[in-house]
Amino acid sequence: MRAGAALAAIASTAALGACDSGDDDELVVGAAASLQPAFAAYAESAGIDAKQSFAGSDELAAQIRQGVKPDLYAAANTALPEELHAEGLVGEPVIFATNRLVLAVPPGSRIDALGDLAEPGLALAIGDEGVPVGDYTREVLGGLPSNVSEAILANVRSNEPDVSGIVGKLTQGAVDAGFVYATDVETTGGALEAVELPRVLSPEVAYAAAVVEGAANPGGATDFVDGLLDGDGADALREAGFGPPSGT
Amino acid sequence: MSGARRSAFGVALAVALGAALAFLTIPIVAVFTDTSPGELLSSLGEPAVRDALWLSLRTTFAALAIIVVVGTPAAYLLATRRFRGRDLVTTLIELPLVLPPAVAGIALLAAFGPNGIFGGWLADAGIELVLQTAGVIVALTFVAAPFYLRQAQAAFEAVDPNLLEAARTLGAGEGRAFLTVAIPCAGSGISAGLALAWGRALGEFGATLMFAGSFQGITQTAPLAIFAEFNRDFPAALALSAVLIAVSAALLLSVKLVARAPFLGGVGSSP
Repeated sequence: MRAGAALAAIASTAALGACDSGDDDELVVGAAASLQPAFAAYAESAGIDAKQSFAGSDELAAQIRQGVKPDLYAAANTALPEELHAEGLVGEPVIFATNRLVLAVPPGSRIDALGDLAEPGLALAIGDEGVPVGDYTREVLGGLPSNVSEAILANVRSNEPDVSGIVGKLTQGAVDAGFVYATDVETTGGALEAVELPRVLSPEVAYAAAVVEGAANPGGATDFVDGLLDGDGADALREAGFGPPSGT
Repeated sequence: MSGARRSAFGVALAVALGAALAFLTIPIVAVFTDTSPGELLSSLGEPAVRDALWLSLRTTFAALAIIVVVGTPAAYLLATRRFRGRDLVTTLIELPLVLPPAVAGIALLAAFGPNGIFGGWLADAGIELVLQTAGVIVALTFVAAPFYLRQAQAAFEAVDPNLLEAARTLGAGEGRAFLTVAIPCAGSGISAGLALAWGRALGEFGATLMFAGSFQGITQTAPLAIFAEFNRDFPAALALSAVLIAVSAALLLSVKLVARAPFLGGVGSSP
């Protein structure tokens, strides 16, 4: 049984590699790491046969620039899909969800405000530059007085390639705090707590998806996006804590 | 005709070799041809790239030093003593060879992470590993040591016991026989193990990222920098890749040359 399933998996991968759209229903989605729980639940509840690959939005964009063609690209910001659209690599981006950047800390942490992060000796993990969560983080820090933001950046011990790396460093106790999305904290089921950022500093975190030009299954990709705006996908996003696209 | 069949078979073999050769070399050649040599060279001047190479050099050398100092006598013991559980010990030592790097990262966190088994003990002793350069060295040592231990053990096993015996009858103690006879005789095998371990350490990615994180100049080794630059600056990622390919090729070549050198280890390998 298992060998059979493995063979089938190899065969379907081989078919993908050959750009052979033998299976018309199959949808290949490249999505931001923070979308994992919501998109997995969506595909499950809607019965969509989706091959989903989750990574940093920037990593996925770099892959698309190198010629990798998922059917749908879903990023944790609007800038990357806009850039790819301008380069003619993806269609018109559609904003389908919003999120909030928060400060994640272990339960019982002394840290309960942004300013606490400037204390010397603290260890922080943030997203790397160019990764949406890292860029949002730098945007927030940019809104602070420069001596405070410099002190905070001096405490950064790791520039992680995606949110899962930040969450992992936090849950393992390797760092005292990190900037992630509100939905990431919710996914940990109590292992982390969210410290809300001041409203004036909160960046607008909007998720945009775009159908990749030359996709094997553009119809499936469009249907998937429709479901994200209204239907099973929207339900799964709300369930995971994402806000509606117009909710800002 | 059997002749015709044999030649058809020969053609099939040649086709298979050609396919394997093309598949394995084309991606490597592409690293050098995808960008102009000038662009590759100028990318090497970028601070992030230079820091990554320098850090990789330092951490792999530190890991190799630990591996040689501890691994050489350990491998000698395994090669020259028979004891209960020896096969089990050998298997346990070889296990990291086949572990996926992500598993190695998780395992290191579970053992030496702040919440790991020895985390509290390390913290009390004032030893910080996670997100530190020392953590990179720990990760590299963990994944690379088995390559050296395995090769060194095999090399010591191949040393003619009569030579060691002769050294002892001439009055050399066991320690002296180890240093003056066993190590020189096993030299080529040991060097090969060293090169393999260095190659593995140089390419380490997953365990380092999970255990030590990624910070320029502190924990961002060359493979981690390739991953970070991939989305920001593709030519820089290619330049780093080109350096690693060149170093790896030099390592492989040196292993092959040393294995043939008559002045190292030719003596002990007689059956």
